[in-house]
Amino acid sequence: MAEARTEAAPVATDLRQWQGSVPWWSAICRLAPRIVWTVVSIGLFAGIWEICWALGWADPKLLPPPHVFLGAISDQAKFFNTVSRWQVGAGQAEPPPPALAVVYTVLATTGRVFVGLLIASILAISTGIAIRYFTLFERLTLPTIILLAPVSPIAWLPVAIFLFGIGNKPAIFMVVIALLFHMVLATINQIDNVNRNFLNVARTMGATKRQVYFHVIIPAILPQLFIVLRFNLFGAWMVVLVAEATGVGYGLGQVIMLGRNTFNPSLVFFTIVLIGVLGGSFDWLMRMVQRKVLYWVPHEAGTLRGL
Amino acid sequence: MASRVFKPFSSKSAVVCRNLGKVWGEGTPRAQEALRDIDLDIAPGEFVVLLGPSGCGKSTLLFLLAGLERATSGHCWFFGDLVDNPSPERSLIFQETSLFPWLRVWQNVSFGLSIRGLGVAERREIARQALQRVGLAEAFGKRPDELSGGMRQRVAVARALAMRPKVLLMDEPFAALDVQTRTKMQDFLGDVWSQSGASVLFVTHHIEEAVALADRVVVFTARPGRIKTIIPVDLPRPRDLFSPGAELLRRDLTQSLREEVDRAFAEQEALAS
Ligand SMILES: Nc1ncnc2c1ncn2[C@@H]1O[C@H](COP(=O)(O)OP(=O)(O)OP(=O)(O)O)[C@@H](O)[C@H]1O
Ligand SMILES: [Mg+2]
Repeated sequence: MAEARTEAAPVATDLRQWQGSVPWWSAICRLAPRIVWTVVSIGLFAGIWEICWALGWADPKLLPPPHVFLGAISDQAKFFNTVSRWQVGAGQAEPPPPALAVVYTVLATTGRVFVGLLIASILAISTGIAIRYFTLFERLTLPTIILLAPVSPIAWLPVAIFLFGIGNKPAIFMVVIALLFHMVLATINQIDNVNRNFLNVARTMGATKRQVYFHVIIPAILPQLFIVLRFNLFGAWMVVLVAEATGVGYGLGQVIMLGRNTFNPSLVFFTIVLIGVLGGSFDWLMRMVQRKVLYWVPHEAGTLRGL
Repeated sequence: MASRVFKPFSSKSAVVCRNLGKVWGEGTPRAQEALRDIDLDIAPGEFVVLLGPSGCGKSTLLFLLAGLERATSGHCWFFGDLVDNPSPERSLIFQETSLFPWLRVWQNVSFGLSIRGLGVAERREIARQALQRVGLAEAFGKRPDELSGGMRQRVAVARALAMRPKVLLMDEPFAALDVQTRTKMQDFLGDVWSQSGASVLFVTHHIEEAVALADRVVVFTARPGRIKTIIPVDLPRPRDLFSPGAELLRRDLTQSLREEVDRAFAEQEALAS
């Protein structure tokens, strides 16, 4: 292990040199078109909605257009005070100010997403590798995993509540259980698709099974696993909302339910925007991480553009 | 065939195959016989070129010799030891690039040494030497995807050489390269081979490669692959590819390869109709 760390050193210095040679403003120039197109894309969508509203096609009571539900933010923020029911540094009696309540709620949901995703990926990747490594383990577990994979997360809801009651735990459990089995199967699939030549090279060099796994299979499947992780991030966001909406505690899902029960479309759309922005930003963040960590993977499918 | 007696052989041969055969998927309905009754001896330091029509089992033979697959009949020996597992002393170089994209060039070259547990400093030094021998010293810290196809194959050769193998098994290593690059690579391989003292078993479709490199040319029949003829080459090195001797050899090889390719095609057509 110590050896592996020293080995990584030249890579890191190379990256730093490379970054150093690129001035900061050129990075912004490179990003500018993408930012502009993101704004245009959202603007187009919001614009159509606004036009429908202006023409009277969209009832503002049911489908309030963006300027209405975003304009009402300060008004809506107080509904996020579901947080005061749980002790997050705020006393039971005096709820936090509305803006802070939004932050608490967002943090609570995001935290569940990330903890759930982290646990699910660690469990799934190690289980997947163990399944291919130990034949007996495969025989014991794989059939059950395949049977459980198609079960909808909704079916796990009662189980989550039986086991963990309400609070953070059942929500995290839901995220983990919803992602785990698919991720195990994805990991196994990645292992099976590792280039045979890579394995044969390692074997002709005298690598043991253990060495083949650690030096070849794991690095070879990392890029695809990272993409699996990114897609499952979206899955985690979806599941956590379901869990929260059914009352495991405060969070964005509960705000949505509140919006539904009190017939407050503005609140619902505001929360949807919030989730979209959060999910999108985290996906972007993970892409950045992917670029830095998996430096050997081509960044973009640029070739398709040429068609 | 079963009555065939093992020929006595000297363990001084680098590689000995006796009665070697391989049926892929033996015992299944899709069983396919790739090799039959291969008897072949390779002397230490000898350069043997294996020529044969596509699909005749050339790669299969290399896999058996490398110890990556088990023969379904017969055996092969490596300096007197039965081959039953892969060993770093028998390096296989593949047709497609097989460099690990997540490792730098020098890490790729010294991969086998890290498997053996050598320290970083030592590995860097050996990698540097091996890269120098293939003329790619400047590629040391690069990533494989920054190299051209020819450079990648040279790195693959360096990776094999770094293990100091006694036998180099090469499976059409230059097939994907253009004619000019391939000619350069032949010259380079000839130099590397004469310096390393290893035996080489070199698989190719290209008669030119056989003329340029071989001490002996083994011509295979169409599938199942058997040895059709073995043609010794005693042209002086470095080879003059336009000498009368080379012309003669080229004609012989073309002739016997064409017969087999024709047979392979006739067989496929018979199967299709
Ligand atoms: N892993 C495998 N499993 C089953 N059959 C195989 C396998 N590898 C090769 N074969 C079969 O064995 C036969 C010989 O294949 P092989 O790859 O050795 O031919 P080759 O002479 O190397 O051909 P080429 O010149 O096209 O590379 C083919 O019919 C092929 O279908
Ligand atoms: Mg082949």
